[in-house]
Amino acid sequence: MNDLRTPLARAHGLGSAREGMRPWWLQRLTAVALLLLGTWFVVSVLLLLRSGYVAAHLMLADPLNAILMIAFTTVLFWHAQLGMQVIIEDYVPTRWLEIMLQVLVRFLAVLGALACAVAVLRIALGY
Amino acid sequence: MEPTPRPLSPHLGIYRWQVQMVTSILHRATGIALVFGSLVVLAGLFALAMGETSYTVFQHFAASPLGLILLLGWTWALAFHACNGLRHLFQDAGLGYATAVFVRNGWLVIIASLVLTILIWAWVIFGGAL
Repeated sequence: MNDLRTPLARAHGLGSAREGMRPWWLQRLTAVALLLLGTWFVVSVLLLLRSGYVAAHLMLADPLNAILMIAFTTVLFWHAQLGMQVIIEDYVPTRWLEIMLQVLVRFLAVLGALACAVAVLRIALGY
Repeated sequence: MEPTPRPLSPHLGIYRWQVQMVTSILHRATGIALVFGSLVVLAGLFALAMGETSYTVFQHFAASPLGLILLLGWTWALAFHACNGLRHLFQDAGLGYATAVFVRNGWLVIIASLVLTILIWAWVIFGGAL
């Protein structure tokens, strides 16, 4: 997955850095994970729709559900960052603005994932 | 600072609309919409972690007319992004590139996303009665 360049391109020293395939591959990897975790999330929400606080709290207090929820939200924000990265690369022509947005999106994605994890842990650990 | 000298996409106006470009544009548009949807997941988890009062407020907002319209939109966005994402994974494996198949799969994704949305909302509306 490291190098899809042609031998000629490599000889010319053209193309991306060695790790250039990594975001592309991670986007696919997180996509596959989200197909599975997202299905679990939607089904869970649909089952809790008509229940109140107690049922939802009990559901997330279960260790398996807590693990799946943290996995879902973490991969969700990761995939969101990778998608926004490509969109910003494509549509923001001003270099300094592009870099600022890329950094901002990364910061917000990490904060979002951490915040979700803390919320789930607070429920699962019973604080 | 000067804009980075990169090739620009041809302006959309010169194209005749076709399903290939519609699914491509919608994939990005629904992706952006779902980024905001992820913040609702965050809000829901926070409301649940903070206690019964805040969770009831969250549920109340979700069940309001505006909340239901937004959730309906996000349901379809998620269904489309998931179906078309699956299609992209097959394309990454080198499958489905013949023009006829490409066009057929584009329509298939659109129809599947609508069917999924209808099924989910049928459960939302009638689920309690079953």
